[in-house]
Amino acid sequence: MDSITLEVSRYRPEEENEPSWQDYEVPFRKDWMVLDALNHVKDHLDGTLSYRWACRMGVCGSCGMMVNGEPVLTCATYLETCAPGPIRVEPLRGFPVIRDLVGDLTDFLEKLERVKPWIVRDKERSLDEGEYRQTPEELAEYKQYSMCINCMLCYAACPIYELEPEFVGPAAIALAQRYNLDSRDDGRAARMDVLARQDGIWACTFVGECSAVCPKNVDPAGAIQRYKLEAATDWVKAMVLPWRKR
Amino acid sequence: MNPDYRLYHPKWHRRRIPIFWWLGKRSYIRFIARELTSVFVAYCAVLLLLQTWMLGRGEAAYARFSEWLASPPLVGFHLLTLLAVVFHTVTWLGLAPTALVISVRGRRVPSRAVLLAHYAAWAVASGVVAWALLGGS
Repeated sequence: MDSITLEVSRYRPEEENEPSWQDYEVPFRKDWMVLDALNHVKDHLDGTLSYRWACRMGVCGSCGMMVNGEPVLTCATYLETCAPGPIRVEPLRGFPVIRDLVGDLTDFLEKLERVKPWIVRDKERSLDEGEYRQTPEELAEYKQYSMCINCMLCYAACPIYELEPEFVGPAAIALAQRYNLDSRDDGRAARMDVLARQDGIWACTFVGECSAVCPKNVDPAGAIQRYKLEAATDWVKAMVLPWRKR
Repeated sequence: MNPDYRLYHPKWHRRRIPIFWWLGKRSYIRFIARELTSVFVAYCAVLLLLQTWMLGRGEAAYARFSEWLASPPLVGFHLLTLLAVVFHTVTWLGLAPTALVISVRGRRVPSRAVLLAHYAAWAVASGVVAWALLGGS
């Protein structure tokens, strides 16, 4: 096989109201990823094709797209795994399409900020007291969730996010959990106020696909279910011991 | 959506979600099946309440109700209910290890152990109910 067909979703808002398909014949090389094929299109066949990419090594999380209906990092998906084609490439589901394969991620960025994805301290230590040390066990508690690269594959795999766009979504909740589990952090209660709501953890019906597609094994579905358990426990404690400080 | 952004890109496209979106993937079908079988779980609870109510109305009323439950169409429906409830239970218990992260002496309890503990609890509860129903003493 010398070549393979890419069926690429095109959306040019100045020309059309709905996306359309455009076929490109690209060389079939065993060492090429889908992203390499898209770069070939951009460089040699059609310079008007728009898509995001940066590192080409599964770190930046920019090149997430739907390939044959599955959300994947195109820099980590061999053409060979999609042979004999045609290979359907679409923008990530759940996000409004700005152009061709480029989705608008503003909604996620706003939600991410809401969950305070940083270390919140009740009282900062002075510099004289030294750094905030952690044991390997304390690091292991949250390390898995810190591997998130914001690639948005989990959002594209989550039918709930597409059906109910107000849902905070898997990655933002996993990142909230990453800081909750950090021994240096005091922001758990503030994050719980944001997430223990209908548009937060309780919107999740545990489809589980967010964890299945995650290229970094972050397991956002697990983070959300753990969060639900914590929220339910907090609620029971508040009912039984109303005088107790959160 | 950021309104400033909308000013310059007024025509971003959002796809229409088909009603049968869940037919496109096996895991989505399994998820919808799990959600739908919860109706049968609710039905079991209602049935238990009805049985209790009939029991409160006297022996004759309960006997009539039991006779009605033994009719072939209802037996058939209850077999279907049993299958649905077992499917719901198995898929539900399968999710438990994800939600329950238990550590013993600093080491995480393996998912398999959490799952087996749930099945053991299910077996014990079923055993107790069976013992009570079958007139154990």
